[in-house]
Amino acid sequence: MQDRVNAARERVNNEVIPALLEAFPGQVEVIPPTNDQIPQVYVASAVHESVARWLKERGFHMLVDITAADYWPKREPRFELVYHLREMPEKDPKGEKGLGMIRIRVKLTEKEPVHTLSHIWPMAIAAEREIWDQFGLNIVGHPNLTRILNPDDWEGHPLRKDYPLRGPRALIKPEMPADENRYHPFVDAEPAKEGE
Amino acid sequence: MSADGVFTDQGGFLTTTVDGFLRWAQANSIWPLTFGLACCAIEMMNLASGPRYDIARFGSEAFRASPRQADLIFISGRVSNKMAPVIKQVYSQMLEPKWVVAFGACACSGGIFDNYAVMQGVDNLLPVDIYVPGCPPTPEAVIYAVQKLRDRIRKDDPRGGVIVRG
Amino acid sequence: MNMAEELEKEEQRPERMTLSIGPHHPATHGVLRVKLTLEGETVVDAEPETGFLHTGIEKTAENLTWNQATTVMDRMDYLAPISNNTGYILAVEKLLGIEDRIPEKARVARVILLELNRIASHLVALGTGGLDYGNIGTPIFWAFELRDRILDIFEHTTGQRMNPSYMRVGGLAYDLPHNFKEMVEDFLKLAPSRIQELRDVMLYNPIFMDRSKGVSVITYEDALKWGLTGRNLRVTGSDYDVRKYYPYLGYENYDFKVPVYTDGDSWSRVAITFDEMFESLKIIRQALDNLPWDDRYIIDDRKLVLPPKQELKHSMEALIHHFKLVQHGFDVPAGEVYQAIESPRGEIGFYVISDGGNKPLRVRVRPPSFYAVYSLPLLLRGQLLADVVGAIATIDPIFGEVDR
Repeated sequence: MQDRVNAARERVNNEVIPALLEAFPGQVEVIPPTNDQIPQVYVASAVHESVARWLKERGFHMLVDITAADYWPKREPRFELVYHLREMPEKDPKGEKGLGMIRIRVKLTEKEPVHTLSHIWPMAIAAEREIWDQFGLNIVGHPNLTRILNPDDWEGHPLRKDYPLRGPRALIKPEMPADENRYHPFVDAEPAKEGE
Repeated sequence: MSADGVFTDQGGFLTTTVDGFLRWAQANSIWPLTFGLACCAIEMMNLASGPRYDIARFGSEAFRASPRQADLIFISGRVSNKMAPVIKQVYSQMLEPKWVVAFGACACSGGIFDNYAVMQGVDNLLPVDIYVPGCPPTPEAVIYAVQKLRDRIRKDDPRGGVIVRG
Repeated sequence: MNMAEELEKEEQRPERMTLSIGPHHPATHGVLRVKLTLEGETVVDAEPETGFLHTGIEKTAENLTWNQATTVMDRMDYLAPISNNTGYILAVEKLLGIEDRIPEKARVARVILLELNRIASHLVALGTGGLDYGNIGTPIFWAFELRDRILDIFEHTTGQRMNPSYMRVGGLAYDLPHNFKEMVEDFLKLAPSRIQELRDVMLYNPIFMDRSKGVSVITYEDALKWGLTGRNLRVTGSDYDVRKYYPYLGYENYDFKVPVYTDGDSWSRVAITFDEMFESLKIIRQALDNLPWDDRYIIDDRKLVLPPKQELKHSMEALIHHFKLVQHGFDVPAGEVYQAIESPRGEIGFYVISDGGNKPLRVRVRPPSFYAVYSLPLLLRGQLLADVVGAIATIDPIFGEVDR
């Protein structure tokens, strides 16, 4: 099986990526792979949805995961949208599984609009809600962009690097030692007593 | 009668016997609420329906799903921001007398999660009777805690027995 | 949408009712809220709402060193903590480039513990699944009794029944106990008959078959588009299993089959669970025969692993290494890695980014139950109200993983 994976990687590197570079000239840039040997490319944010559709037609039918990363303050632009695609047969489960994987990275600044992938893969609806909730990226065309992990009226985007780990507690009572600082935004009145 | 309306040991022969009887009954039939949040919920399921640690032999025969029928709430697991109003509402729907056991490190004090998303201890929200540390505590630790609660109810817990609000 | 718009939408279709199965519910396997739109008894739409267990694990892991972050990774999928640990540690080992230097004993012990964990997790899924279908008593008692024996093995080996955090970068945290082989052998003698008993009681029960055959059927194409992996994908006819297609930890040397069903309904999702447990028993048997019994349970690199205490008395380098490892941890070269392993729920993927420091820059966990829960609209459309509980039970979600 290891040589199947290697063969798939060779095929992606030697056939798919050059074709991708030809189809989207100037918008796609190849990056050398890291220790997991998955081929990766930088894609400009304006075309990333077309790239995803193009790759889906070439056999990459499975979207493994969409996520984002925040590189503040080391890198400008600070955000990066990353997703992995995998070659799987579309309709016939017993079909030939190519097993090639590719990683697409889109560099983004804070307000740069990026198109949603939920029209191609419905699983992206929930994943992009989470990206908006935790990072605040400007995702365009999404049917229901609301908070999914944090409460609906939460302010701020927690996974950004400039959001403090302890959240509102850190900002409101910074002079208290951390283990005594138990302020909680829901409970600013007294806790429930007997008889309630 | 003491200041907050609870009968102390001044009542006559009849009220102390009734009080003692009520305390015996309450201590031996504490019915917990099924309120599992996270990993500690699995240890609570071991208590409820595992044959090795069986809390039914101590009187908690039925884990009730409706808060109107339950006496004890085990807050088993981490209390997140979105869940706090839910816990408050479920607790206020329970009928008196009711007790709270903070099961696990996250319910006692936030556990290993000192961040924006976890409430640092459920006693920010509810009056807790017994704290059980551990991540997750073994079911034996929880049985010990329930025994302590039962002793307290039998002896002198102000919420058990005959309650008169003045 | 807010309340006013929702009420207006409801008033336009008066024969439909919105029912909210709330976060505190005995049958939703944890804290899930499902907003059902019902027409009579038929479900027209289902909208899950999660987030009631959000713990900020990914943010916490950015403030802990590489080895310390395994403790928070445990608490995500809390029924299969060893697979979470192992996936994260494999990703970090790949970043460091030390995957070939892990001692064989650590590798085989990881496989044994992973498969034992798979059996334990499937037992809970079956026990509570039986409870949800109305079989109050027998499946859950038998499943939890067998699971207690596995947790005894974990307690002897790792020190804790659940959430052990037993894996370290380079191998295991402590050596295996001296009677590990006997304990696992005893379990292997006992398990097949018990699992077969449970299967006979649960699977061919006429009520269970009536309630779950042909219910919540999904096709392969839909399953792929909605992100399902693991057992939810293998009931549609695909045999995609990360252990077979992207093998790790030497899985290519073990001889096991991957069970595949083609119906895609709830009954198949339960039947495939039993088959997977039998295959796991086979893998444990083979791994136990291959377990080398030496005392190298972690890699020999002083820059990553604390030196043994006796060396600190007479070696200056050991003292310096110990000091640096305790105060600062080790540095991992910059890069990113995506490592997927097969947890009992599906493909759990760890996308770990390092910037060269002693703490991760970003740890992203691809949770299989997240996509399974958000595919509930697909599973429940057109089904009856009584099938809702069964659908949630058979896709086997764990909300620690969904909400992280």
